[in-house]
Amino acid sequence: MATFPDLIPALPEIFLAVAAMALLLIGVFRGEGSLRLVSWLAVASLIGAGFLAVTGVGLTGRVVTFNGLFVTDPFAVFAKLLILTASGLSIILSINYLEKERVARFEYPVLAVLATLGMMGMVSANNLISLYIGLELQSLALYVLAAFKRDTAKSSEAGLKYFVLGALSSGLLLYGSSLIYGFTGSVSFERLAEVLTGAPSLGVIVGMVFVAAGLAFKISAVPFHMWTPDVYEGAPTSVTSFFAVAPKVAAMTLFIRVLVGPFGDLTAQWHQVIWFCAAASMIVGALGAIQQKNIKRLMAYSSIGHIGYALVGLSAGSQEGVRGVLIYLAIYLAMNVGVFAIILSMRQNGRAVEEIADLAGLSKTHPLLAFAMALFMWSLAGVPPAAGFWGKWAVFLPAIQSQLYGLAIVGVVASGISCYYYLRVIKVMYFDDVTEQLDRPALLTGVVATGAALFVFPVYIFFLAPITSGAAAAAASLFGAR
Amino acid sequence: MADVPILSLTTFLPLVGALFILLIRGEEQNVARNAKSVALWTSIITFIVSLFILTGFDPSNPGFQLVEEVQWLPAFNIAYIKGIDGVSVWFVLASTLLTPICVLASWDAVEKRVKEFMIALLVLETMLVGMFTALDFVLFYFFFEGVLLPMFLMIGVWGGPNRVYASYKFFIYTFVGSVLMLLAILAMYLTAGTMDMRVMVDYPFSSNMQIWLWLAFFIAFAVKTPIWPAHTWLPFAHVEAPTAGSVMLAGVMLKMGGYGLIRANIQMLPEASFYFQNLVFVMSIGAIIYTSLVALAQTDMKKMIAYSSVAHMGYVSMGIFTMNQQGLDGAMFQMLSHTFVSAALFLCIGVAYNRLHTREMAAYGGMAKNMPRYAVVFAIFMFASVGLPGTSGFVGEFLTMLGAFEANTWVGLFSATGLVLGAAYMLLLFRKLFFGKLDKPEVKAMQDLNWKEVSFFAPLVAIVIIMGVYPASFQNVYNPTLEKILADHQASLRSAGLIEAQPTQTAHVTQETASTATQGQSVADKASEN
Repeated sequence: MATFPDLIPALPEIFLAVAAMALLLIGVFRGEGSLRLVSWLAVASLIGAGFLAVTGVGLTGRVVTFNGLFVTDPFAVFAKLLILTASGLSIILSINYLEKERVARFEYPVLAVLATLGMMGMVSANNLISLYIGLELQSLALYVLAAFKRDTAKSSEAGLKYFVLGALSSGLLLYGSSLIYGFTGSVSFERLAEVLTGAPSLGVIVGMVFVAAGLAFKISAVPFHMWTPDVYEGAPTSVTSFFAVAPKVAAMTLFIRVLVGPFGDLTAQWHQVIWFCAAASMIVGALGAIQQKNIKRLMAYSSIGHIGYALVGLSAGSQEGVRGVLIYLAIYLAMNVGVFAIILSMRQNGRAVEEIADLAGLSKTHPLLAFAMALFMWSLAGVPPAAGFWGKWAVFLPAIQSQLYGLAIVGVVASGISCYYYLRVIKVMYFDDVTEQLDRPALLTGVVATGAALFVFPVYIFFLAPITSGAAAAAASLFGAR
Repeated sequence: MADVPILSLTTFLPLVGALFILLIRGEEQNVARNAKSVALWTSIITFIVSLFILTGFDPSNPGFQLVEEVQWLPAFNIAYIKGIDGVSVWFVLASTLLTPICVLASWDAVEKRVKEFMIALLVLETMLVGMFTALDFVLFYFFFEGVLLPMFLMIGVWGGPNRVYASYKFFIYTFVGSVLMLLAILAMYLTAGTMDMRVMVDYPFSSNMQIWLWLAFFIAFAVKTPIWPAHTWLPFAHVEAPTAGSVMLAGVMLKMGGYGLIRANIQMLPEASFYFQNLVFVMSIGAIIYTSLVALAQTDMKKMIAYSSVAHMGYVSMGIFTMNQQGLDGAMFQMLSHTFVSAALFLCIGVAYNRLHTREMAAYGGMAKNMPRYAVVFAIFMFASVGLPGTSGFVGEFLTMLGAFEANTWVGLFSATGLVLGAAYMLLLFRKLFFGKLDKPEVKAMQDLNWKEVSFFAPLVAIVIIMGVYPASFQNVYNPTLEKILADHQASLRSAGLIEAQPTQTAHVTQETASTATQGQSVADKASEN
């Protein structure tokens, strides 16, 4: 007999799904010119979902519903809060951009909300099937968003590229899932965790590696990073700002949940894979960015590098490691939102520009903007006293604890190299002379950039303790369930 | 007085001033003028506040004093701990004294973006004071790295023609060194379970681990100090930096390295320090002789002083690792002396540069005739740099060499050659600038020191001479701390079985040597100069 599932644990998702439908209706009925209204309503519904997530049952313990397909726990709540924050800020940032680029269509915020819904599904997945559903909902919405400026070749190309490679990664993931199902007879994470102990069969390992490869695509870890620079560059900048944070957080937390949950006893098997991905991502992220002239491509390589650092925490395989990754993601969010707020406000005579050279002399024309950007670069480089240092701190500490000295050394070398290109941005802004002045940034963008800059230094000092304890509780809930 | 968090106050006052300057708006000239006066007053008030540190400090207590402790990140055992001991107290005061001097020195010299310059200078002061007073390792690292951004911008924005290269080189060198230190700090934290430096000082790390930790710390501080061969960033940074930047760099930032060597390498890793003693000696001798020779070959006067800095810091690293009372005492004294002497020499060069806008020695000559005051001031600091008795430089070099002779005769012998070379290049510099014919019309037109320049040279002249004539006034503050550091060091070496159980050198020997030195050594010194 099929009983009616308990809906309470999934309340934030249900709310967001209904809200997305309602937003779609509002948009359709009001037609052109409803972007602002729909965007702000979307932000409001994201806040509402966040409120439901925080006050819901997930905060206190682990609750499973929908016949074990869906789980909510402090880990999921932590990740969802990050995702909702990132999505909300990204939607706020996009309003001005879309209007100026003459693509002010209400579908944009709706698609962003749907993608967010998919991400929340990913984070709460407790089953290979629900994992896939969440992932696909997210990906489909993102494919459309990448091609949102459909009249420009670059945007269409980015959308198509993302779609083809994304489909490939989904295929890999599905193939891996089917192998795992074939060899274990289950798709439930809990069941898999019970079955997969001791020495696993070769089929399971191959399946696990395929699943890991599929997820590595989504977080753009090396060697599955090829799409990132092109999609970052080609997609409309507001979409890039969305890509840079929320989906990364979702895929990363999903990655953690899969590796620590069902494959928790196979640490010896996946550890090498993650080790390699982490080291390679850090190196490629550091070296690839040196030659970039386009700031979006620079940020793409930077994000590859940052995913590498985050993976360092995961490769430690310990509870502290997962805590470190979560702290890293929280700080990564603030830095990236800030940087993209500034990139979005890079305009000369109303035309969007995205070369690093266009920032020349920014410290003379817009001193505060330049200072904020310098802070973000400083933080991305991981130099104290900016917040980025703590991310590195939180992941390298468990790595050394797990005696991953090699990885730590690679990380040190990579962050030394990456300093060079972060400093280059500061150099262009401060040392070079103005070639052509940038326009005054829009108020909203400026507010977001200022807020993020203040967070990166010095406000984070007061938030560090709550973020750390939240991440610690989240990591504990994940490991406690094992 | 005990309730006032005086160390935090000293640390963050400049930052408050910087925020004030940030808020100044209006016409460019007014902004520049106001920024300058806010910076000057902030730094003077900070200096006055920092004097209370000295009054509140009990020199006879070798432990940490004026400690402030606030819980910050219990999850990582990280707290906001501040405190000073005899080793750090003078550096705090040196930072707060040099900042107003730098503001004055850049009053007319810095013409573009004055507001930003003053902000950078004040932020730099905060970071420097913060580093010398931090007792939590993370906090220490925080401020240690925080110095980089203001300095990077100072060199890059207000520097000379080759500023971009110099600023990058400065940054990358220091950053790579200090990231290694971060790994070492992480490893120490995982072993000792705390970030509290007061605990780490006593924590016995295993011998094998000490070796690795020591190397990581040493690389970080060797870049900062700098110890040959990690010094190559320094000539570029010094030459390209504006005068105030060079003063802060030579005056205080180099001391971060020496301070770190005492605090981390000697105090926390005694066995490894013993193990690597000879390596440091070789590097220090290399620095003293090699960089002195290089300095001799320079035609750019700022570069010459920069290389002489490396040579002088060679005495510091040598003195620290003699690990006897005289050597350590001398290293501390030499650091302090170098703080004021090199700062003053860079200011002197700034005076000439502001008037003629070149650093080539050949462009000057005969200035003793038309700029007598300048010549006298320059001569005093030149003699102090050479180590003439009666100036601060003598005491530091003499004591470090005394310590070196005691530790290893050859080291002492080789280091003594540095004195001759030092005298050679400094006298050469002085001759080229001040003697000879006053035949260049643009040099003839140069004005002597104005009241502003006199006002910032006067305290430095006074300090250098007081330090030379009555060194005990400075030594008394840090000697009890050094005695304890040394006693702890010997004790841990004995317990590790590295040295035999024998009574250590009694500490008060130094007091006597310092006073008798002035008479006895002057003969020897004259001999070496001839």
